[in-house]
Amino acid sequence: MELKSLTYLIVGASFALYIGIAIWSRAHNTGDFYVAGKGVSPLANGMATAADWMSAASFISMAGLIAFLGYDGSVYLMGWTGGYVLLALLLAPYLRKFGKFTVPEFISERYYSKAARIVAVICLIFISFTYVAGQMRGVGIVFSRFLEVEITTGLLIGMGVVFIYAVLGGMKGITYTQVAQYCVLIFAYTVPAVFIAIQLTGNPLPQLAFGSEVANSGASLLDKLDNVVTSLGFTQYTSGTKSTIDVFCITLALMVGTAGLPHVIVRFFTVPKVRDARLSAGYALFFIAILYTTAPAVGAMSRYNLIQTIQPGAIGTVDGSLEYEDRPGWFRTWENTGLLHVDDKNHDGRIQYYNDANPAFMPTAESYGWQGNELAVDRDIMVLANPEIAHLPNWVIALVAAGGVAAALSTAAGLLLVISAAISHDLIKGIFAPNISDKAELLAGRIAAAVAILIAGYLGFDPPGWVAQVVAFAFGLAAASLFPAILLGIFFKRVNKEGAIAGMLTGLIFTYAYIEFFKGLFLKWAGAPWGINSAEHWLFGISPEGIGVIGMLLNFAVAISVSYLTAAPPERIQHMVENIRIPR
Amino acid sequence: MTPENRSAYWRSNLRLVGLCLLIWFICSYVFGILLVEQLNTMRIGGIKLGFWFAQQGSIYVFVALIFFYAWRMNKIDKKYDVHEE
Repeated sequence: MELKSLTYLIVGASFALYIGIAIWSRAHNTGDFYVAGKGVSPLANGMATAADWMSAASFISMAGLIAFLGYDGSVYLMGWTGGYVLLALLLAPYLRKFGKFTVPEFISERYYSKAARIVAVICLIFISFTYVAGQMRGVGIVFSRFLEVEITTGLLIGMGVVFIYAVLGGMKGITYTQVAQYCVLIFAYTVPAVFIAIQLTGNPLPQLAFGSEVANSGASLLDKLDNVVTSLGFTQYTSGTKSTIDVFCITLALMVGTAGLPHVIVRFFTVPKVRDARLSAGYALFFIAILYTTAPAVGAMSRYNLIQTIQPGAIGTVDGSLEYEDRPGWFRTWENTGLLHVDDKNHDGRIQYYNDANPAFMPTAESYGWQGNELAVDRDIMVLANPEIAHLPNWVIALVAAGGVAAALSTAAGLLLVISAAISHDLIKGIFAPNISDKAELLAGRIAAAVAILIAGYLGFDPPGWVAQVVAFAFGLAAASLFPAILLGIFFKRVNKEGAIAGMLTGLIFTYAYIEFFKGLFLKWAGAPWGINSAEHWLFGISPEGIGVIGMLLNFAVAISVSYLTAAPPERIQHMVENIRIPR
Repeated sequence: MTPENRSAYWRSNLRLVGLCLLIWFICSYVFGILLVEQLNTMRIGGIKLGFWFAQQGSIYVFVALIFFYAWRMNKIDKKYDVHEE
C-alpha cells in the first residue's frame, strides 16, 4: 500500500481506538472526572503516567537533541527521569493519603488559605498552558509532515479528538486512552531503534548496541563517533561544552520541576491506596525508562548514520564528501520538507558537514577547500527519518506517525484536564461558588476543558515566544513554586500560611524575572530580553534553564524564615499533617 | 497509634528516604556529573563509565530505587501496623 494511505489507515485506526475507549469510560461524577474514581490499578496508572509524561518533545525531539548535544544531552535523560524518585519518595504517597482532587486544593487546605490556592492556580495555569501549546504544535507538525495537510488542519483534527475524550471521559477517559497511547508510542519508538541497532552493530537491544562495536570495523560506536566528530571540528560526543555547575543545576531543575508538575502529580490521586501510589511511581518510571534508555542509543546511532552518509570517505579528501547528486532517497524526501537543507558554499557539487563555528578548526577546513558548513539539519529528523534511513517497510513509517501523535495527544489531554480541574474545582467550587452541586461542577469542568482546548489550539497555531521556553519556564516555575510548597507542607509542620505564600511568590517572581531578563517571555514588547544570554553574564554561571534551582532554594529559605517569625499553624493543621504521614 | 509509635514510624520512613536519596544523588550527580571525567577513564560494556551513568546507569538505578522504596515501606507499614487492608 502507498505510504500516505497506510499512514491515514494506521493513524485513523488509533483515533478510533481512543474514541472507543473514551465512550466506554465516560465520567459520571466529579470523582470520575478529576481522579477516575480513584479506582485505577497501579500498573495501568504507571502506563498512563508514562504516556502522560512522554510528550511530543520526548518522542520526536529528544533523541535528535541528544544526537547533536552528546554528553550535554544527559541533562534531559537524568532530569526527566530522576524526578520520579522525588515524586515517589517525597510527594505521591502523602498526597494520595490526603485524598482530594487537585494540587491547589492540597496547598489551600494545608495552608488554610484561599490566597495560597489562588497563587497555586496561577502557577498551575502558566505551567500547563506553556506545556500544552507545545503539544498542540507537535500534533500539527506530525500531521503536516506525514499526512501532507496544513498545520492548521492537523491542529483542528487533534483538538477534535482530544475534545471528545477529555471532555466526555475526564480523568477516567484519558487514563484508559493513555494506556492505549503508551502501547502505540513505545512500539513505534522501539521497532525502528531495534532494526537500526541490528544493522549497525548486530545487537538487537539499542541499550547494548550503544556500547557495541560497529559491524566489521573493530571499534565501538561511541569511539568511532568521538573520532569522527572531533575530526570535523565538533566537541567529543562523550564530553560536553556546558559548565559542570550548569549541567548540575539544569538536571536538578528538571528533576524537581518534574516532581512539581501538576499533571504528573494528579495521576497518583487516581490509585486506590497509598501503597499503590508508591508502586505505581515505580511502574511509571519503568515504562518511561524503556524510551529514555533507548533514546540516547538512537541519538548516537542516527548521528553516526548521518555522518556516514555525508562523509563516506576519508575526511579532507575530495572523494570523502558525498556528491550532491548521489544523495539517498530519504535525503531528498526530507529536503522537500525544508528540514534538511544543503547550500553548496564552495560550489564543488559535494556536501561538507562540519563545525564552522569552531575557530580552531578554521585553518584545517580551509586547507580542505571547505568554505562553511553546507548542511542544516533539523534535529527532529533524527527520529522521524530513522525508519527510512534503515530502509524499513512503510508500515513502520506510518507507525512512527501514529506514535508521535499518541505522545502529543496523551500529554495534551493530561494537561487540559488539570487546567479544567483548576478552574472548576479550585476557582469555581473552591472560591466563588462553594455551594455548587456535583452535577453543575461536572458541567463546569467540561466547559472549562473545552475552553482550554480552544486556547491551547490557538497557542499552538500561533505560538507566542514564551511557549518555546517550556524547559526553562514550565519546569523552572514548577521547581521554584509548587514543589517546595508541597514538600514543606508534608515534611515541616511548622511552615504556616504566611511562610508558604511568601516562599511561593519569591520563587515564582525570581525565576520568572531571571528568565524574562535573559530570554524574554511576555515583555518582548518592552524590549526584553535585556541581558546577554551567555555564561559570563549569568548568576553563578547558571543558565535560565537551571535557575529554577536557585528559585527553589529561595522559596525554602523564605518560607522557613517567615514561618518562624509568625505564629505556628493551627492545631487542626498539625493533626492533618500527622494524618497524611501515615497510610492508614 | 501512640505518639511514640507515630514518631518512630516517621523516623524509619525518613531514614529510608534519606538512604534512597543518597543513592539517587550519587548515581546521577556524583557519577554522572561531578566525577564524570574521572570515571570516563574506566569502561562498562564498551562505554565510558561516567558517560554511561549519565545516559543509562542513573536511569536504571532510579527505577530500582522506587521499587526498593515501595517494598521496604510496605514492610515498615506492617511493622507499625499502619498498612492498608
